[in-house]
Amino acid sequence: MLEPLAVLIGGTLGGMLRLGLGNVVTRWLGPRLPWGTLAVNLSGALGMGLLAGMLGPAAAEDAAGAWALLGIGLLGGYTTVSSLSLQTLALWQQGRGSAAIGYMTATLVAGLAAMALGIRLAGGGA
Amino acid sequence: MNGWRVYAAVGLGTGLGSVLRYQLGIWLAVPGFPGATLAVNLMGSGLIALIAACAAGGTRGWVARWQPFLAAGFCGGFTTFSLFGLETLTMLNQGRLAWALGHVVLSLVGWLGAAWVGHLAGSRLAAS
Repeated sequence: MLEPLAVLIGGTLGGMLRLGLGNVVTRWLGPRLPWGTLAVNLSGALGMGLLAGMLGPAAAEDAAGAWALLGIGLLGGYTTVSSLSLQTLALWQQGRGSAAIGYMTATLVAGLAAMALGIRLAGGGA
Repeated sequence: MNGWRVYAAVGLGTGLGSVLRYQLGIWLAVPGFPGATLAVNLMGSGLIALIAACAAGGTRGWVARWQPFLAAGFCGGFTTFSLFGLETLTMLNQGRLAWALGHVVLSLVGWLGAAWVGHLAGSRLAAS
């Protein structure tokens, strides 16, 4: 009963944070490319690396509450694939194929690198 | 919708999407492969494209009105990039290089394919 509630609270906060950062970044860098979603996914990947590194591989058992709130809820809800897919498809349909490929590649490569960095910074080997 | 209403709609939608993702994660758990995350990311990518095409069509006004809750909210929270990444890195860490690579390629093709199907379905719905 407590875990779904923790996921709900974490997810709600994560969604509002995603909207807030997305708005700020879009105002700053303009709407020509989906910088807001990129910033959200990269910062969320770094955060997930830090969390996974701190909680360690036993997160699912020993720290179930913290993992539900911060991992599945907050960071899981903060980061997103649906907007990433839709924006990549939209860029492609606008005839901006290289922007579409660049956006997806940047998200995947920089996202995995940011997460690996987070794990290392937190001193974990997860 | 504007201001705090959008934040409330996106927040609540994300929270509900996250809980459903958590529940599906328990139901669809497969040892060795993160099938549940792949499934939610496929469904969410298809659904957001369907919603966007319906809202752009203009004939279904309620979809456009509910878009913050449905798209940035529910689909945004239902899908997740951070857990996808963590599961990929875990495979790499276990020395399962081919699995990790296959997981990334399958996800990429699946996300975009689902968005394309959702877009086609949404355009058809909007025109009907």
